[in-house]
Amino acid sequence: MLTKRIIPCLDIKDGRTVKGVNFENIRDAGDPVELGALYAAQGADELVFLDITATNERRKTLHALVTDIARHINIPFTVGGGIAAVDDVSVLLGAGADKVSVNTAAFRNPQLLNDLSKEFGSQCVVLAIDTRFEDGDWFVYLNGGRVKTNTRTEDWAREAVERGAGEILLTSMNNDGTKQGFALDITGRLSRSLNVPVIASGGAGTMEHFADVFEKAGADAALAASIFHYKEMEIPDLKNYLYQRGVQIRF
Amino acid sequence: MKTAILKYNAGNTQSVLFALERLGAEAVVTDDPETLRSADKVIFPGVGEASTAMKYLRDRKLDQVLKDLQQPVLGICLGMQLLCRHSEENDTDCIGVFDLNVKKFESPAGNLLKIPQIGWNNITGLHSVIFEHVPQNAYMYFVHSYFVELGPDTTAIANYVINYSAALQKDNFYAVQFHPEKSADAGQSLIESFLKL
Repeated sequence: MLTKRIIPCLDIKDGRTVKGVNFENIRDAGDPVELGALYAAQGADELVFLDITATNERRKTLHALVTDIARHINIPFTVGGGIAAVDDVSVLLGAGADKVSVNTAAFRNPQLLNDLSKEFGSQCVVLAIDTRFEDGDWFVYLNGGRVKTNTRTEDWAREAVERGAGEILLTSMNNDGTKQGFALDITGRLSRSLNVPVIASGGAGTMEHFADVFEKAGADAALAASIFHYKEMEIPDLKNYLYQRGVQIRF
Repeated sequence: MKTAILKYNAGNTQSVLFALERLGAEAVVTDDPETLRSADKVIFPGVGEASTAMKYLRDRKLDQVLKDLQQPVLGICLGMQLLCRHSEENDTDCIGVFDLNVKKFESPAGNLLKIPQIGWNNITGLHSVIFEHVPQNAYMYFVHSYFVELGPDTTAIANYVINYSAALQKDNFYAVQFHPEKSADAGQSLIESFLKL
């Protein structure tokens, strides 16, 4: 039986793990390779590394970091942040990444999804969507949540899958950093209508929140950052809880 | 002792190389027929599309080189599928070590099946020396849209809507649908057993 996945996310800035609340107030949370290896040893099913560095040296430092991660970690990992071209992806996959995550660049240039899936296969193309609920619906936001669009999240997700996105990483900005639970509504809508896995992100605070997003929203995977980084929740405890509740989990 | 990892236009060779490094094994990534023939072990990795991969191999006559290898060979994911007879992926004739077909996952009526299968699934019915230190029901990491049907060479079974071959073995050829290089400790001990053959 295919299991639900628990995915710690490491936001990387200048080679360090950082974490903000509601996309702001960024603070240091440790060495990404060490943290990644720790999570892998604890039973994390996958890792996501999102690079939020904004310097010219970015590409080189990210390449070195990806190689370092790939050398030390024996579970799959996704790399995202500022990826805008097929060449960017060649470099990252060549360095040892298993998947890449694209966000703003794919929205601005949807053909990128077709090109990436044709070149590397849809299994390594994760489309990240930052979404916010307002005026009665969920809309797509760009540039790390700073730019609103008038596109409905469901419409963009559907188009992205048709173009070749192999997974959707859905972050609810309303929920992110609140520890009040995942956005069950939009996660469920996407998960039940798309034929690719949906990774729920934003809002994890308790173990019950994970169970809810799997059981009620049908998410294929759940991603969280700060609760793991600050040891508010340990992955083995979370997996034990889910297992006891009857959620299919690798345990 | 030297392991050759086949370099071709489909494959996460880097991940496989790093997995061997973690085990302290000496490995080279190569498409040179002589290096492949003289290696102690050959790993045939793979992430990609069947027809373009087969074309690349045929253009360089690597399909025949692979088929004639006498030392232990481990096919991974697409590498396993290409060792079979035929793949539904763009109607591709493959290498044919295993007399089995590669088919596409299909949603059962009225049910939305997510394709590719991405994630950890358990494997059962293990009976190959490469599973010596892998427990029954171990979880392995899979990423695939196509699967190998069951047959006499099947040495492990996985289920995603239907039962299919998670692993195969015939003579010196071993193959796994999942990615042992990405399957944590269970995958690592499988690679270790293969290297000890």
